[in-house]
Amino acid sequence: MKGWWWKLLSVVLLLYVVIVGLGTPLGPALVHVSIDRIAPGPNSMEATGYNTHFATNAPEVWLENDGQRVCAMEVKVLSDVQFAAEFNVPEGFRTNLTSLWAWDAQDGQVVLREAFFTQGLGTGIGQDDCVVSDAARTSFAFPNRSILNETIRNLFFHVPMWFTMMVLMTIAFWQSLRVLRTGDLDADRMALSAVDVSLLFAALGLVTGSIWARATWGDWWTSDPKLNGAAVTVLIYAAYLILRGSVPDPHKRARLAAIYNIFAYVLMMVFIMVLPRLTDSLHPGSGGNPAFNQYDLDSTLRAVFYPAVLGWILLGIWAYTLHQRTARLRSIHDEANDR
Amino acid sequence: MHPTEIAHLLKLEWQLDRRQKHAWGSMALYVVSTIYVCYQGVRHLFDVPIWNALFWIILLFAAFNALGRSFHRENAGRQLYLYTLASPRSVVLARTIYNGITMGVLSLLSLGAYALFIGSSPMSDARLDIFLLVVVVGGIGFALVLTLISALAARAGNGVGLMAILGFPIVLPMLLSVMKASKLALDGMGWDVAGKYVVWLLLIDLITVVLAWLLFPYLWRD
Repeated sequence: MKGWWWKLLSVVLLLYVVIVGLGTPLGPALVHVSIDRIAPGPNSMEATGYNTHFATNAPEVWLENDGQRVCAMEVKVLSDVQFAAEFNVPEGFRTNLTSLWAWDAQDGQVVLREAFFTQGLGTGIGQDDCVVSDAARTSFAFPNRSILNETIRNLFFHVPMWFTMMVLMTIAFWQSLRVLRTGDLDADRMALSAVDVSLLFAALGLVTGSIWARATWGDWWTSDPKLNGAAVTVLIYAAYLILRGSVPDPHKRARLAAIYNIFAYVLMMVFIMVLPRLTDSLHPGSGGNPAFNQYDLDSTLRAVFYPAVLGWILLGIWAYTLHQRTARLRSIHDEANDR
Repeated sequence: MHPTEIAHLLKLEWQLDRRQKHAWGSMALYVVSTIYVCYQGVRHLFDVPIWNALFWIILLFAAFNALGRSFHRENAGRQLYLYTLASPRSVVLARTIYNGITMGVLSLLSLGAYALFIGSSPMSDARLDIFLLVVVVGGIGFALVLTLISALAARAGNGVGLMAILGFPIVLPMLLSVMKASKLALDGMGWDVAGKYVVWLLLIDLITVVLAWLLFPYLWRD
């Protein structure tokens, strides 16, 4: 076990991430309702849920806003994910009765917010609140957020790719410092290996991010501080490889590449850390919130996200050590052939 | 590293440039012809974002052109001579300062020519004090970042092409923030809005100078 326990750990963690991250169901939610206007008098609608269990647990249904409620007169369950409800909204009820709520014993409360425009409603307080149940959901599930929906699982893949890339670039930065201190060609080869592997993770991060952006924002690429940061990073390290290619002498190449790497790494870090805080962004963790907050990440996501980060980082370091060792063997082989 | 040494080196740069007047002329001519080519393409621009973006793109290319020669112009013999006389940190600081001043002046000249040909109506609502400050600080910032890159490219023996490849991704963050800041200033925003971008630009300038100062000695010895 000595020396390779962390490789085993990374495999175990990533297996856990794939199985639990893809196997855990998404929490229940209401996703669609057949009408978009509420007027005084009778209103009837059909609502669709996702991962709900209305057929086995009869739901309670009500309209609500700011603590004012109108409960359904009649609810007819059509299937596990569908019900039809009849409301009688009293004249003079306050405006903005915008969200549709449902509760059943297995799923707890589910809500569709901003579902309705309201027409011809007054400003007064209407009838007494009807009493609703608020017992929480019992099953283990990921939060079901509108727009994100099932893609929320991409969190375990997209985000750790960038973390891993950062770790590998930090390794490359460290090895470049060593090159300048000692002129050691081994350190130069390690820096190159770290950059190679980090570019692989950058490519994976771009691909997963692009797919995610398409699914949630509707476009493969948007102009955004986080995305610009990613593009700049990839360009910088591609330029690093080109710089290496253009200098034939190995010692000079090592030194020039190290200088460029250090210069670029520091500027890139400053850019990535500061600029997203200066501008607004669609991307989570931007526009004033530099990191994940409670709203972004609940405890069920954390239970998979943290192991995913650790697992991917360990896998990245593992790939780096392999790459670096094959590079060393190749250079020894080349030297032997030259002789 | 002494202030007097830097002062001497600055004087040397100045005298070299005075002796080769065509260097100054070529920089100015490059900017003016680029602006004139753009003028043939677009005539007058009234749209503030496009006017702003085009100006910064022109200035960026002018900076690449002006600084590309910064470390190319001296031959190996003179470089060796300089190496025996001065400390590398003095050399890089002097050259950074000199390039910064050059680009500061060049960016104001470019703005003048740009306003003349492409039109100055986008500047009518601007906070001119902030806008001019951003133009100068941005121009100087390009110079500071590109000085070390120019030295790297010259050392790699691969001319201006390599400099563009190495320089663009590093200068891009600065370009984005400077465009944003000058856009805000053109829209007439005050210090409370545009101020943080100016502070941020000054911060990048400072970090760049410190990095160049730290790294240049390794670049210089062969």
